[in-house]
Amino acid sequence: MMVNHDVTDRMENIPDEKFTIIGIDKDAEAPTRPRVGYWRDAWRRLKENKVAFAALIILLILVFFIIFGPAISGYEFEQIDADAINKGPSAEHWFGTDDLGRDLFARVWQAGRVSIIIGILGAVIASVVGSIYGGIAAYFGGAVDDIMMRIVEVLLSIPYLIIVILISVITDSKSLGTMLVALTLTGWCGIARLVRGQMLQLKSQEYVLAANALGVAPIKIILKHMIPNTIGMIIVAITFDIPGYIFSEAFLSYVGLGIQPPSTSWGALASAAQQNFMFYPYQLMFPALMIALTMLSFTLLGDGLRDALDPKLRK
Amino acid sequence: MAKFIVKRIGYMLVTLFIVVTATFFLMHSIPGDPLAHMARNLPEQTRENYYEKYGLDKSTSEQYLIFMKNLVTKGDLGESLRYPGREVTDTLLTNASVSAQPGGLALLAGIAIGILLGIVAALNKNRWPDYIVMFIAILGITVPVFVLASVLQYFLSVKLMVLPTTGWGSWQNVVLPVIVLSFGTIATYARYVKSNMLDVMGQDYILTAEAKGVSKLNVVKKHVLKNAFLPCMTLLVGQVSGIFTGSFVVEKIFGIPGLGFYYINSINDRDYTMIIGTTVFAAALFVFVQLVVDIAYSIMDPRIRVK
Repeated sequence: MMVNHDVTDRMENIPDEKFTIIGIDKDAEAPTRPRVGYWRDAWRRLKENKVAFAALIILLILVFFIIFGPAISGYEFEQIDADAINKGPSAEHWFGTDDLGRDLFARVWQAGRVSIIIGILGAVIASVVGSIYGGIAAYFGGAVDDIMMRIVEVLLSIPYLIIVILISVITDSKSLGTMLVALTLTGWCGIARLVRGQMLQLKSQEYVLAANALGVAPIKIILKHMIPNTIGMIIVAITFDIPGYIFSEAFLSYVGLGIQPPSTSWGALASAAQQNFMFYPYQLMFPALMIALTMLSFTLLGDGLRDALDPKLRK
Repeated sequence: MAKFIVKRIGYMLVTLFIVVTATFFLMHSIPGDPLAHMARNLPEQTRENYYEKYGLDKSTSEQYLIFMKNLVTKGDLGESLRYPGREVTDTLLTNASVSAQPGGLALLAGIAIGILLGIVAALNKNRWPDYIVMFIAILGITVPVFVLASVLQYFLSVKLMVLPTTGWGSWQNVVLPVIVLSFGTIATYARYVKSNMLDVMGQDYILTAEAKGVSKLNVVKKHVLKNAFLPCMTLLVGQVSGIFTGSFVVEKIFGIPGLGFYYINSINDRDYTMIIGTTVFAAALFVFVQLVVDIAYSIMDPRIRVK
C-alpha cells in the first residue's frame, strides 16, 4: 500500500513543464510509394507484356496511316489515271495502282477508315447494348431474367451471317449505317450473357453483401462495385470483337453485299483485287496484309488486356 | 433426362417458329414487287396468272398461313420465283449434298489435326512445339479465307499446275477447298484444346492422381483428355451445320455449286422464296445440331443437367 502511495506522490510532484506536446508524426503511416490505382496498375502490367505492347504500337501505326495516309500519298483515292493502270509498287505509287490507275496506297488507307470505323463502332455499340441488357437481366433476376435470357438464346440460335445478309437484303441499302445495324443486331447477345454471368457472380460476393448490410444504396453499389468489376471484362470483350466485325465487313464486301463504290473498304479492295490476282498479286497483298495485321494486333492486345485487367490472375 | 430432352425440343420448336415467322414477314415487308423482273412486260391476264400461281394476289397473312401449312404438312417451301418449276426444297437438298462433300472432309481433317496439335502444344507448354502450333493457330484465325484460297490457287494451280483452279466433278476439285476450309477449324481446335487441357491440368484431381503415383501417360489419357474434350463439343454446333450450308466465300472462289454459292446467287437475283427457304433450312439445321449436341453433352457430362 505504501509503495502505491509513493508512486502517486511522486506523480503529483512532477512539474508541469516536463509535459510537452511533441506532436504526431503524420507521415510515419503514409505509404512511401505512390498510390497505384486499378488503371495505372493495369497499364503497368500491359507495358510489361511485350507481345501486347508491340501489338498496341502496330495498331497505333496503322491508325496513324489510316488518318494521314491518304494525304501522305499525294493522290485522291478516287483519282483515275489512264496512263498508270495496274502498275506495280514503285516510287510514285508505293503500293502500285489498280485496274483504273488509282493509287493503292491512298486507297488502302481510305479503305482502312471504313473497316476500322465498322470494327470499333460495331464492337462498342454491341457492348453497350449487351451490357445494359445483361445488367438489367441480372439486376431484376427471376422471371424478367428468364424471359430476357430466353430471347437471347433464340437470337443466338439463328446463324449470324444469315441475319446479316437478310438485313442487307431487306433494307436494300449498303451504307455504313446499315452494315453496322446488320452486324450488331445479334452481336450484342454474347456480351449480354457475359455481363449477366459476371453480375450474378458479383451479387453473391461477400463485399456486396456487406455493403447491402451496411445500408448502402443500390445505385451506389452498382456504381462502386458492380460496374468497376465488370468494366475490365467488357473492354477485353470489345478488343476481341473488333477483329470479328472487321472480318465480317470484309466478308460481306467481298461477296458484294457490303460497301459499294465509290467508297471502299479492305474487304471490297480484296474482292476487286481477287479478280486480277493471277496477274497482279500485289493488289491483293496489301489489303490482305492490313486485314491480317489488324486482326492479329487486336487479338494479341486482347490477350494482353485480359491478363492486365483481371486482378484475379495477379500473381 | 427425359424432361431435359422434352424441354430442349420445346425450345427448339419455339426458336424455329420465331425464325420462320420473322423471316417470312421481313421478306414480305420489302417494298417492291417480287415478280417485277418478269411480269413487267407481260399482258394483263398472264401477269395475273403469275400472281395467282405464287399466291401473291392474297394478303400477307393469308400467304403466311398457306406457307406454314405447306411447310409443316409437306415440308414444302414453295417454288423459285426466278426459275419457275424449280422446287425450293429439292434445290436445297441437292445443293446441300454438294456442299457436304468438301465441308465434311474439311471438318473431319480439321478436328483431327486441330486436336492433335492442341494436345502437342499443351504437353509442351512454352517450348518450341507449343510456339509452332500457336503460330499456325494465329495464322488460321487472322488470315481471311479468301486470301488463303487465292494464294493456294496461285501457287498450286497456276504456278505448279498440280490442281485445277475451279470447277466441280473430280476429286482434284475437292483438295483445295478442303485445305482452305479445314485451316480455320485446325486453328480453332488447336487453341481451344490447348487452353482446355491446361485448365484441366491445373485442377485438384490431377494433382491427386499424380500424388497417387499414376503415370503421366495415364493421367493425360484418363483424366486430362476426357475432361478437356467435353467443352469442345459446343464448338461443333456451328461447324456441323456449316458443312451443309457451305462456305459462301470458298464456294464462290472455287466454283462449287453448293448451298452457299446459290444463296448468294438467290440474293443477287432477289429470288424471295429461295432466300426464305435457305434461311429456314440453315436455321433449322443449326438448331437441330444444337439440340443433338446439347443432349449428347448432358449424357457425357452429368454436371450440366444439375445446373
